[in-house]
Amino acid sequence: MKLTLKIWRQKNADAQGKFVDYQIDGIDGDMSFLEMLDVLNEQLVAKGEDTVEFDHDCREGICGSCSLQINGEPHGPEKLVATCQLHMRSFKDGDTIVIEPFRAKAFPVIKDLVVDRSSFDRIQQAWGYISVNTSGNTIDANTIPVEKAKADDSFNAATCIGCGACVAACKNASAMLFTSAKVSQYALLPQGRVEATERVKAMVRQMDLEGFGNCTNTGACEIECPKGISLENIARMNREFMGATTKS
Amino acid sequence: MSVLDSHIPEGPLAQKWTNHKNNINLVNPANKRNIDIIVIGTGLAGGSAAATLAELGYNVKTFCYQDSPRRAHSIAAQGGINASKNYQGDGDSDYRLFYDTVKGGDYRSREANVYRLAEVSGNIIDQCVAQGVPFAREYGGYLDNRSFGGVLVSRTFYAKGQTGQQLLLGAYAAMNRQINRGKIKAFNRHEMMDLVLVDGKARGIIARNLVTGEIERHSAHAVVLASGGYGNVFYLSTNAMGSNVMAAWRAHRRGAFFANPCYTQIHPTCIPVSGDHQSKLTLMSESLRNDGRIWVPKKKEDAEKVRKGELKPTEIKEEDRDYYLERRYPAFGNLVPRDVASRAAKERCDAGFGVNKTGQAVFLDFGSAFERYGKEKAYSSGHKNPSQDEILRLGKEVVEAKYGNLFQMYEKITAQNPYETPMMIYPAVHYTMGGLWVDYNLQTTIPGCYAAGEANFSDHGANRLGASALMQGLADGYFVLPYTIGDYLADDIRTGKIPTDSPEFDAAEKDVKDRIDKLMNAGGKHSVDTYHKKLGHIMWNKCGMARNAEGLKEAIKEIAELREDFWKNVHIPGEANNKNSELEKAGRVADFLELGELFAKDALHRNESCGGHFREEYQTEEGEALRDDENFKYVAAWEFTGNPGDAKLHKEELTFKNIELKTRSYK
Repeated sequence: MKLTLKIWRQKNADAQGKFVDYQIDGIDGDMSFLEMLDVLNEQLVAKGEDTVEFDHDCREGICGSCSLQINGEPHGPEKLVATCQLHMRSFKDGDTIVIEPFRAKAFPVIKDLVVDRSSFDRIQQAWGYISVNTSGNTIDANTIPVEKAKADDSFNAATCIGCGACVAACKNASAMLFTSAKVSQYALLPQGRVEATERVKAMVRQMDLEGFGNCTNTGACEIECPKGISLENIARMNREFMGATTKS
Repeated sequence: MSVLDSHIPEGPLAQKWTNHKNNINLVNPANKRNIDIIVIGTGLAGGSAAATLAELGYNVKTFCYQDSPRRAHSIAAQGGINASKNYQGDGDSDYRLFYDTVKGGDYRSREANVYRLAEVSGNIIDQCVAQGVPFAREYGGYLDNRSFGGVLVSRTFYAKGQTGQQLLLGAYAAMNRQINRGKIKAFNRHEMMDLVLVDGKARGIIARNLVTGEIERHSAHAVVLASGGYGNVFYLSTNAMGSNVMAAWRAHRRGAFFANPCYTQIHPTCIPVSGDHQSKLTLMSESLRNDGRIWVPKKKEDAEKVRKGELKPTEIKEEDRDYYLERRYPAFGNLVPRDVASRAAKERCDAGFGVNKTGQAVFLDFGSAFERYGKEKAYSSGHKNPSQDEILRLGKEVVEAKYGNLFQMYEKITAQNPYETPMMIYPAVHYTMGGLWVDYNLQTTIPGCYAAGEANFSDHGANRLGASALMQGLADGYFVLPYTIGDYLADDIRTGKIPTDSPEFDAAEKDVKDRIDKLMNAGGKHSVDTYHKKLGHIMWNKCGMARNAEGLKEAIKEIAELREDFWKNVHIPGEANNKNSELEKAGRVADFLELGELFAKDALHRNESCGGHFREEYQTEEGEALRDDENFKYVAAWEFTGNPGDAKLHKEELTFKNIELKTRSYK
């Protein structure tokens, strides 16, 4: 296929960015979206031009590096996939594709399509863990049975890849889906209950400090999430947070 | 005389680790505050090591090229992690896990290390559960297990098909706790460019900030390399695109011996290559072999029709299918180890029975699993006479609950529905068993430089069994290295802060800057990827699943020529003092162009077949690997002498006192 790409180019965080048009030919439906960008970059190198920077690594939908806004949607038109698993068979010959970085105040642009998502790390550093010593002096794992349904729910929340699509999809750039998935993972397990109150307060506080917006229950985050993280988690986090703040 | 001393403790196998821990030096908690440790790589080994070292009280700096430690490629490991807990009561024990691992590795690993791995394996599960890793549970609330290739017990703990993800997030959470305490300083989007030695000891690194291009100096009392494997030397592999060998290779060039580079695991269950555009390969978890049956058509004409799309696999009758693993290896069937399953697939495809367009694929079929599970489910829910449709529907539900995410991933990539038609799979490069040579304390031949996880060579021998990489990464990081490093650091409590303005740092920084200048100013026309792809072709065709002396000699020559051409004719756009992924790739490919040659040299000198190293000249009449214990029962550790082709061989003889060396048979 032959395509027109409108790509956001921005030299660094301080520079002004703009859209640049590129024509590309010979794209095969079996290529992933990122492989299509590889082809473009090969052509740019051949012409002596600067390549387009974008984040990517595992290219199998699990590391959460890739982060493109494609035709206005995070990770493009397909549901339940990250950009690396989006294939060109989802597009038609002659299409124009607009490619932008994820847009949010808390995700500043580093270069071209690469954004800084370290705010997500800082939310997790604010108590997104269970405070257990890593010395290995823990009790036998089967000493505390965990209800299967709860373990499964905890796992489902834990499958979040931290890509930031939820933020990019949200009109308020809210990080509620991400943060609530982390809160839920631990809140559902007996090991994580002990400090659940402190955890939810600390993580929500950090989320606000980072400049993410509020949740208005629009639900775009759930629709765009490549891992199908459920809105239930937001409800659970709200419940945990209400409980935590009314207790103290 | 070899200069290699493995420092294996004396005493009976089962007591070695305990005795060692009782006898090595410790660092007083008050002194740990004055000691700095650098950890390169934040995957399972690096993340867990960093968290534990910080927990103990050391000051830790971590470095990773990704934007967050959570994105290390350990996150993509799917199937599970082994532990000898014997929760299933099927006869598992530390000894049996040790035995399976040494046998699986074709008797090319170190007994004492492997036993220690088995010994701490149970503790890993306890630790991870305490950290909130959501492992799969049974209805009674207890942990569930499944089995993996090469073993006859169910010892694999898992979290659906995302076990690596959950374990890595566990280690990352442990790191976050230490970052919050101020004990870990994380340098993300940074790459280690060189190792700095002062008085022969590892005392720091030169790093590049990948966003600003700034070259930085970081000093420490010890440096831990947990930077993963070098599978990307093949260009196409299941590794993440950024996985590279730079940290290990720079250490090798500074004096750390590189062991067994030719041992590469080719994983049998990957999605086949579809075309030239492809940038990487995707692995389907080995756990699929618990329920999926592998086959090709019995008749060549059927295979041809399938390739042309004239015949659907579901139209081929049961009696016309060749379940070749079950036929050749009745005892282990579809669960033979990865090297055996990979070679068997290659053999069938080479013989003309391959089933995709390129003829390089076999079927992984869940038809009989749908049937078996469906009947069971119907029966247990009261339907004693279910229809065939009912059985299939229920069976698919059960399979979906077990492997749903993998089936979905397959469909996304291939646009085929694996519930309706068998999956197609083919072997691909996955894991490298070779790595930096380390002693029992995980110290390389450079004092103060340690290597953990896939970056070292120590535990897997010539082959790695399923679910053992996660085990080794976490064992090294949580339970081995934090103890053994104290033995070395106990001598450093009076050293004080290591200055970064010494001549050694000056010289290392100059080397790094010169190398970057040389790359930026090569003035050629070809992209970095052009060279990487060419190298990959040489590696796959001549050092791949099967090797022979003639091909390896050609490979050595071709790689050396390609390397020379690269430095003359590569073109890197952009600037060195800005984010520049072409420059990042160039530095890494430059190292692969050196490692590839050593890889081929190692494969050429090892005149035997073992595990992931299959030399066509050394095989039995039935096409099985033919090992030569008399002449090759050693670790090949290479010393860098200025050019990879002139590396000097050192041998660490392997002694087996607790296991009798046998021909590996899975029949």
